[in-house]
Amino acid sequence: MQDEPTAIEILASATAFLREEILPKLAGNDAFQLRVTANALDLVRRELMVPQSDKDGENAALAVLLGQEGSTEDLIRALAAGIADRTIDPARPEVEACLWAMTEAKLDVDQPGYAGLTRARALRGSDN
Amino acid sequence: MTTNVENVAPAALDQERLAALADRLVEGGGEVRNLRRLSGGASQETWAFDIEAQGRRSSMILRRAPGGTFQHETAAGLETEAAVIRSVAAHDVRTPPLCYVLDPEDGLGRGFFTRHVDGETIARKILRDDQFLDVRPRLTGEFGSILARIHGVPIADLPSLRAGEPADALDLMRRGVEELTGPRPVFALAIRWLEDRLPNPAPTCLVHGDFRLGNLIIGPDHVRAVLDWELCHLGDPMEDLAWLCATPWRFGQVDRPVAGLGQREELFAGYEAAGGTVDRARMRWWEVHSALRWGVNCASMVAVFRDGIDRSVERAMIARRASENEIDLLRLIYLGD
Repeated sequence: MQDEPTAIEILASATAFLREEILPKLAGNDAFQLRVTANALDLVRRELMVPQSDKDGENAALAVLLGQEGSTEDLIRALAAGIADRTIDPARPEVEACLWAMTEAKLDVDQPGYAGLTRARALRGSDN
Repeated sequence: MTTNVENVAPAALDQERLAALADRLVEGGGEVRNLRRLSGGASQETWAFDIEAQGRRSSMILRRAPGGTFQHETAAGLETEAAVIRSVAAHDVRTPPLCYVLDPEDGLGRGFFTRHVDGETIARKILRDDQFLDVRPRLTGEFGSILARIHGVPIADLPSLRAGEPADALDLMRRGVEELTGPRPVFALAIRWLEDRLPNPAPTCLVHGDFRLGNLIIGPDHVRAVLDWELCHLGDPMEDLAWLCATPWRFGQVDRPVAGLGQREELFAGYEAAGGTVDRARMRWWEVHSALRWGVNCASMVAVFRDGIDRSVERAMIARRASENEIDLLRLIYLGD
């Protein structure tokens, strides 16, 4: 185990430095690329902040759905293969629920402000 | 499938060879000035310059294959694109006036010249700036009527084009998903949904293939030109209407399905008033296809990033946007939204 401050805190500080100190000194394409870079560091920070319990929960939900154990990547691969070869019916509510949950978890890291996600959550509001 | 990958480093444009063409571009010729490479449209190079003579300035655009020669597999080809522009212009579709198509002897690679058209292409400005306040409510209907005119161009007046019927488009998507490295259950769901509802071939027409903000020059009064005919093909007219409604092309205005500007029914009304026929079931099919098409495009950037074709942070971040298309697909498929 590492000493404090945590990697997440250091990353936040580095990102703030780029945004607050460096970005105002740049223009044009450099400013654009720096903004993209700061956004990328935010994405990495959100990914580091995902609690282990969420990852374990995703793995457990997939294991129940598929009736097999394995790494999360292998289970997702099995889910994709099952949908493609029609051995898994995506109209089953538990399959649908699993696809929503996995995709929302990805977006919470990738792009939590995505308008399409907000709209999906508003439309599904009643059953959540 | 579209791709924004630039496989070839931006080549310089030979100014002397360009100067030698001045009199073919503008009557009487003149001096080439202010040559610059424009950003955007990364799968083709776009150059802007002026030709000046006796105090008269003509602003020109050159669209050219990257490095002069590279061409993506689904691209129509620059010579074909130029021929399409000439044909549609004769059928009341506004495009930048075509001036000259490059010949191998010109030594500048493959491409063509058009006049520059004044106006705005940047979506965020069109959606927000005050100068477009008056035109915004009219644009959705106008898009419908322009698309009806494009789809009405007689095929006999067009050069030979790739076929892009629903079955062809689905095959292209299947191949695209198979080539991805990571597991993609939502893409598998979309492929299956599309397979189960594959429409019969539609009456074939000219399809623009990338009709959306960014590829349209908009003035404060109306649409001034339709650009980027690179992905045009023969196929189902509903493909263009659906692509215009794809969530990424709403630029955050997600409650306005048509380009972040209006509702589908307004688009349909404009389309039918100009002679088009709307098929809502096919529209739905192409909307799912559109979300998948953009999702596969984003996800394919993983390989572009890893294989070193483009190691930029920007490329990596585009790859991580595939999850946006997955939520769009779930909305379309499970919620009918």
